[in-house]
Amino acid sequence: MHPAYSVILFTTASGAGYGLLALLGLAGAQHGQASSTAFGITAMVLALGLISVGLLSSTFHLGRPERAWRAFSQWRSSWLSREGVAAVLTFLPALAFGVVWSGLYEAPQFIAPLGIITAVMCAITVFCTAQIYASLKTIRAWHQSLTAPVYLVFALATGAALLAALAAVFGRFQPFQVWLGLAALAAVLVLKALYWRAIDAAPRSHTMEAATGLGRIGQVSQWEVPHTAINFVQKEMGYVVARRHAARLRLMVLALLLAAMLLLLVSLKAPLLALVAAALAFTATMVERWLFFAEAQHVSTLFYGAKTA
Amino acid sequence: MTTLPDTTRPGQKKLGLVIDLDTCVGCQACATSCKEWNTQGYSAPLNDWDARGADHSGSWLNRIHGYEVKEKGQAQSRIVNFPRSCLHCETPACVTVCPTGASYKRAEDGIVLVNPDMCIGCKLCSWACPYGAREYDEVQGVMKKCTLCVDRIYNENFLPEDRIPACVRACPTGARHFGDLGDPASAVSQLVAARGGFALLPEMDYKPVNRYLPPRPRRDATTLAPEALPRGDGSAMDRLFQWADGLLAGHAGTAPAARKVSRVAAIKRRVKSAVAAVKSKSRGKK
Amino acid sequence: MSAEPHVTRSPKSWDEIKTTTCYMCACRCGIKVYLKDGRVSYIEGNRDHPVNKGVICGKGSSGIKQHYSPARLAKPLLRVGERGKGAFKEIEWDEALTLATSWLSEVRRTDPKRLAFFTGRDQSQGLTGWWATQFGTPNYAAHGGFCSVNMAAAGLYTFGGAFWEFGEPDWKHTKYFMLFGVAEDHGSNPIKMGLGKLKERGAKFVSVNPIRTGYSAIADEWVGIRPGTDGLFVGALIHELLAAQKIDGEYLTRFTNAPWLVVEKPGTAEHGLLARDRDGNTLVWDAATRAPASALSPTATPALMGRFTLKDGRRVATSFTLLAERFLGDDWKPEAVADRCGVPAASIKRIAAELARVAFDEAITLDVPWTDHLGRRHDKMVGRPVSMHGMRGISAHSNGFHTCRMIHILQILLGTIDVPGGYRYKAPYPKPIPPGIKPTGKPGQVKPNTALPGPPLGFVTAPEDLLIDEHGAPQRLDKAFSWDAPMSAHGLMHMVITNAGLRDPYGIDVLFMYMANMSWNSAMNVPDTLKYLTAKDEKTGDYVIPRIIYADSYQSEMVYYADLVLPDTTYLERWDCISLLDRPISEPDGPADSIRQPVVEPDRDVRPFQTVLLDLGARLGLNGMVKEDGSPRYPGGYADYIVNHERTPGVGPLAGFRGADGKAEGKGAPNPDQLKRYIEHGCHWFHELPEHMKYYKHVNRDYLDWAVGFGFLGKADPIIFQLYSEPFQKFRLAAEGHGSIVPPTEHRARIRDHFDPLPFWYAPFEGEMVKAEDFPLHAVTQRPMAMYHSWGSQNDWLRQILGRNWLYMARETAAAKGIADGDWVTVTSHHGQIRAQARLMDGVEPGTVWTWNAIGKRSGAWALDADAPEAKQGFLLNHLISELLPERGGGYRYSNSDPVTGQAAWYDLKVRIERAADQSGEADPQFPTLTGIGRTA
Ligand SMILES: Nc1nc2c(c(=O)[nH]1)N[C@H]1C(S)=C(S)[C@@H](COP(=O)(O)OP(=O)(O)OC[C@H]3O[C@@H](n4cnc5c(=O)[nH]c(N)nc54)[C@H](O)[C@@H]3O)O[C@H]1N2
Ligand SMILES: Nc1nc2c(c(=O)[nH]1)N[C@H]1C(S)=C(S)[C@@H](COP(=O)(O)OP(=O)(O)OC[C@H]3O[C@@H](n4cnc5c(=O)[nH]c(N)nc54)[C@H](O)[C@@H]3O)O[C@H]1N2
Ligand code: SF4
Ligand code: SF4
Ligand code: SF4
Ligand code: SF4
Ligand code: SF4
Ligand SMILES: [Mo]
Repeated sequence: MHPAYSVILFTTASGAGYGLLALLGLAGAQHGQASSTAFGITAMVLALGLISVGLLSSTFHLGRPERAWRAFSQWRSSWLSREGVAAVLTFLPALAFGVVWSGLYEAPQFIAPLGIITAVMCAITVFCTAQIYASLKTIRAWHQSLTAPVYLVFALATGAALLAALAAVFGRFQPFQVWLGLAALAAVLVLKALYWRAIDAAPRSHTMEAATGLGRIGQVSQWEVPHTAINFVQKEMGYVVARRHAARLRLMVLALLLAAMLLLLVSLKAPLLALVAAALAFTATMVERWLFFAEAQHVSTLFYGAKTA
Repeated sequence: MTTLPDTTRPGQKKLGLVIDLDTCVGCQACATSCKEWNTQGYSAPLNDWDARGADHSGSWLNRIHGYEVKEKGQAQSRIVNFPRSCLHCETPACVTVCPTGASYKRAEDGIVLVNPDMCIGCKLCSWACPYGAREYDEVQGVMKKCTLCVDRIYNENFLPEDRIPACVRACPTGARHFGDLGDPASAVSQLVAARGGFALLPEMDYKPVNRYLPPRPRRDATTLAPEALPRGDGSAMDRLFQWADGLLAGHAGTAPAARKVSRVAAIKRRVKSAVAAVKSKSRGKK
Repeated sequence: MSAEPHVTRSPKSWDEIKTTTCYMCACRCGIKVYLKDGRVSYIEGNRDHPVNKGVICGKGSSGIKQHYSPARLAKPLLRVGERGKGAFKEIEWDEALTLATSWLSEVRRTDPKRLAFFTGRDQSQGLTGWWATQFGTPNYAAHGGFCSVNMAAAGLYTFGGAFWEFGEPDWKHTKYFMLFGVAEDHGSNPIKMGLGKLKERGAKFVSVNPIRTGYSAIADEWVGIRPGTDGLFVGALIHELLAAQKIDGEYLTRFTNAPWLVVEKPGTAEHGLLARDRDGNTLVWDAATRAPASALSPTATPALMGRFTLKDGRRVATSFTLLAERFLGDDWKPEAVADRCGVPAASIKRIAAELARVAFDEAITLDVPWTDHLGRRHDKMVGRPVSMHGMRGISAHSNGFHTCRMIHILQILLGTIDVPGGYRYKAPYPKPIPPGIKPTGKPGQVKPNTALPGPPLGFVTAPEDLLIDEHGAPQRLDKAFSWDAPMSAHGLMHMVITNAGLRDPYGIDVLFMYMANMSWNSAMNVPDTLKYLTAKDEKTGDYVIPRIIYADSYQSEMVYYADLVLPDTTYLERWDCISLLDRPISEPDGPADSIRQPVVEPDRDVRPFQTVLLDLGARLGLNGMVKEDGSPRYPGGYADYIVNHERTPGVGPLAGFRGADGKAEGKGAPNPDQLKRYIEHGCHWFHELPEHMKYYKHVNRDYLDWAVGFGFLGKADPIIFQLYSEPFQKFRLAAEGHGSIVPPTEHRARIRDHFDPLPFWYAPFEGEMVKAEDFPLHAVTQRPMAMYHSWGSQNDWLRQILGRNWLYMARETAAAKGIADGDWVTVTSHHGQIRAQARLMDGVEPGTVWTWNAIGKRSGAWALDADAPEAKQGFLLNHLISELLPERGGGYRYSNSDPVTGQAAWYDLKVRIERAADQSGEADPQFPTLTGIGRTA
């Protein structure tokens, strides 16, 4: 699949935003009001800002962004619609939570319920995003039980790294944040490795023979493309990344994740390094997302010469 | 809207195409007439971009592939031309994934359409289609797909025989058929039954309506028993002479049998030497 | 959940529908053009039209993009800089026509043959040929000489018809169809519709072709023959059928010259000629009277075989005897040819057996009584449902004429010409064998300010008909009708620029071309062609070809090499007629013709070429183009001519709606309302023959009489197939020194060898003249279904389908050379080298490589961007094909053509292929980007 930068940025940024937001919600539920209004507001702005940037960038991917509002209507059947609805709905508790948690409005009794609702909505939204991909039967690499968990842990891990970095900046750094970040990053590492193992092992059950139905005669190969001018399907679905290149990029993701963990560990001693750790985690996610698309093969490529999918 | 209509009712109309892979010569007529009709019809316009340049492309609703198929147990491959457009699936995820309701399946006849006024161009439906049947129009920013010529097949401005899709109307070999595949008695259903028509990727469970008729087995050295014309005894030239004489006998009884026999003998004698002479001559020539 | 959106079921997206005739290719289907707001919005096939019956092809339905092509020319252009550099200025029509007239009148006043007037994909040969005649130049031809004259001539010299416009398989009844050397779009819609019908009925379809794409893809049997060897395969089929006596003796005896007597007197001037009686009638041996009788005698019982002695002591043999002796020879055994043609002997035997079974055991009869030429009544029409068709895969070889003739002989032996289920003529065919028109342009016939005594093109039957001087030197620029190519019925268009550039046999003053892309895809040897087009005389400094006038509608590569460009309209903007005097669109069931009407007005300063030609004719004062008072005869342009021109009294360009009341057909006075009537009838006219005239037309009394009345035939004589061709023997005798007109010594062997009265096979020339080790592979082209020659690439839709080409080759052939799919390769012939990208496939004979024809474009042409894939990855094989053969003894270089007809031997090309050292980059050669017109102006 063609890795569209707007979509990569969208899922990475909004994932991190939702991760952070969810953690803030849980932290609020646990500890009550933010330690300072400035910290509270900054954290909320960062979380909601990332989410908004992500959502905005996803509209760049649309052919008709001015009609984006229509996307909220089909929540009964469409995960994309559900994601949109969930994203918008999340803003309501999130804003309310932000206001009371950061102390702009004193209502401590609401902090815990709003925090929990916000965290749940974040999880739902990220899950919806993941399900857009996971629900597509046409793309073996996405139609996976691990797709949604990977999205969720990535959101959590990038959110946690951000939280640690933020705390460091505000001098509220706590080892607990590091351990959380480390745990989430470790989960990412494990789940992503499992995901890759799963997609590498998954049988490529669709063949050119089956797609064309010509298997009943024999073995099929492409002899002429329908048009010598490259078309939308070839560009959008036909993107292939070289195996060697993909392997290198996978290693890069793992290395970035490990580096982020290492730095996070070191940040126990030098808290500001958590900032670098967050940046590394964010970069790792971007590369992972790029690969998520580039490595995914669409069934329709079988009509354009792919032997299996 | 993007929830699917119930099309399981008995008697449900399922309009679609039946494409004969044994007859299609890959001429592209169906592709270009489709483009031509739809660029001024329901899908207007079907744009092209960088039309005179190196990165030229455009949206088309029907494209013709060429495959080589290595036949089982045979040395020879054969070429199969393969037109591909939307199959108007019964349970297509291209419809259910659509966030806006622009994609929908008509309850009445099963045609899957995109409402161009509602589409936001998110392309998700194209990701959900296993058949590569949806094409994004870069100029307009909306998704395009085969409409089954919904603006032709019921169009009362046409004579009844022209109320068929543009591609079917154009096809010079008659490889494309249009009709109601929900009705087992329809001509298309019967054709499918008679020729073993098949659906593409049934395991995806999208339940395509369109059917493809498989290429027929070849009738050549690989499938036919060796056969040769019978030969008599003696020289081929002599036998041909005898046969030519036999013809004369057939000519309105003009040649009495007795005379004929003697003539045969005479001719034979006379030509024998000549044949030998000519044979040696003709051997000199390639 | 909301309701489904409303979809308009019956939109009317057009204001008006007009009928006319398609010209996205030469098939000329009927179309209906939808118009919206004055613009063309949709084009579909016309269901009532005899050619396409409603269907349309990929090109036809892309007509809109051709009509609105950015490559359209908009105004007359005059060259202002060096030729070929694109320096033009726009001028007014009046200036253009005045200039053209001054150039042309000067030539006509001095030596009319110094005008060479050649037309390419043109369908107005009725007009252009007549114009050339009136001008007085013999140097006229259309594209037939480089296209398929072998096919046309072989048919016309054998059975008075040919494939394509001359006839087609009886799609309705045939049970066995053999297709020779046709790719995928010749006879475009009709063949496709026909194949569809065969499929429906389960008839067997055999395709003989080194490549398995297109029509061959759906064949029941693919015979992957080696290029240039069909003659061997067909000869072996004939051998098998003769050996088993599976031939139609009755048919041969009655309708062919099989029983005619041939004189056998080796060494004399009579040897091999037909024996004739005092009245000049050919003779048969009447078995009943045991004496010779006129071949036309209704009472004789002709012996099909035998050798006899005439009263005067001359020894004679029936021509069938000679034919049988040839093909029963051991060298025609399937086993003897199999290795050379690449078809296993078992397959040849099986196909022969299948042919015999279908022709004889599965014969059909129609309950239609008819009367033959001798007045014999037949109560049924016997059909032998075997049909054949062939085209350029046969004809574009230097042995194509004889191969094509051999295919016809196979058809005739099986008794399948114009019988139910076989091949069927289309009116005005059958014609006498060959048609009785002789070429003009002999010394003395070309005179200043004088028309030729007859048309420049015709059919040679003896050395006396040649256009040569007393030394045997060619009189035409292209050397047609000379000893180089005596029966070149369509001229040799591919030699025009070379010969003019080399002034061989002489130089010319004006080259006038129409609708022919001669600086590119229709030239052999493009690099040298460009050289000749721009060469200058060292002494005078003027161009060797001093003036070039060219009429095109689009910005083709050729436009850049003209001095004066006359911009034509598109096919939707003009009147045209598809005439029975030209290349008609008749059906086997009866004659048909059609018109084009302007469905939209031109939005540029362009004029229809035919109108311009008539205008020039009037300005030059040519016969028939001016009235007695010197004013133009057709002031209304081509439309005026179509209606009012009479070739002979009562016979004009259109056969329908003639006479004052519009009721006459064939012959009749001009009808001022004729075009209106055509438009009312969907722009076409079709006359269906009654059932008893639909078959056996060559010997069908009623048909022959009707054809005379209709103006198709001069006399109602039967058309007796010429298995044995006497005109050929006349040339052979001349080569042996008999008669007053004999070839110069250096031509003798070639004439003697190739003018065999019976068909035979010889290896194509190029392959024989180069070393097989150096150039082991055959290289051929095919036309793709969705592109018409060079025009298609200007079409925004079609160029998406095929915007570049590859060199296709068999996987095993590539593997042997270490070539992988997508590799760049060099392709080398004895003449040149190109670079191209390879594609591997299975469905090609391993000794053959191929590519799509005319996809490669010169950068800058056709209003495409300079870096368009057509120019950067696309390529032509033409750069590798020489228009001249390698030198023979004596240094003379014959044209790369069939020695009989001068047909260009495009497919004789032999090459070697190597993986290119440099795997990056573009196709080679690249010529400088064309600039000066249109987008690159
Ligand atoms: N779409 C489209 N249609 C066209 C045209 C076009 O440009 N585009 N051009 C028109 C014109 S001008 C013409 S002349 C016709 C020509 O139409 P065709 O006669 O079909 O000619 P080609 O397309 O050149 O294909 C020649 C075929 O001959 C095969 N061949 C080559 N050598 C041999 C041989 O020795 N033996 C046999 N058996 N086969 C051989 C090649 O593989 C190829 O399939 O098409 C007309 N129709
Ligand atoms: N290698 C190789 N070369 C070949 C062949 C091959 O098989 N292989 N085939 C040969 C054969 S059979 C043929 S017939 C030739 C074809 O060669 P051409 O007859 O030269 O055909 P085109 O390339 O189509 O060029 C015709 C010109 O007509 C112009 N034209 C189109 N429509 C109109 C119109 O309405 N009015 C005017 N005035 N001009 C118009 C086009 O712009 C174009 O410049 O190519 C030959 N060349
Ligand atoms: S129009 Fe008919 S023959 Fe041509 S590609 Fe389409 S289906 Fe095949
Ligand atoms: S073919 Fe594709 S676009 Fe058409 S209905 Fe099926 S899934 Fe949807
Ligand atoms: S591209 Fe348009 S039709 Fe397709 S899913 Fe998106 S909104 Fe729906
Ligand atoms: S049915 Fe209509 S829209 Fe669909 S492929 Fe055919 S012509 Fe195109
Ligand atoms: S075959 Fe196609 S391009 Fe040629 S005349 Fe017919 S419709 Fe037009
Ligand atoms: Mo041609």
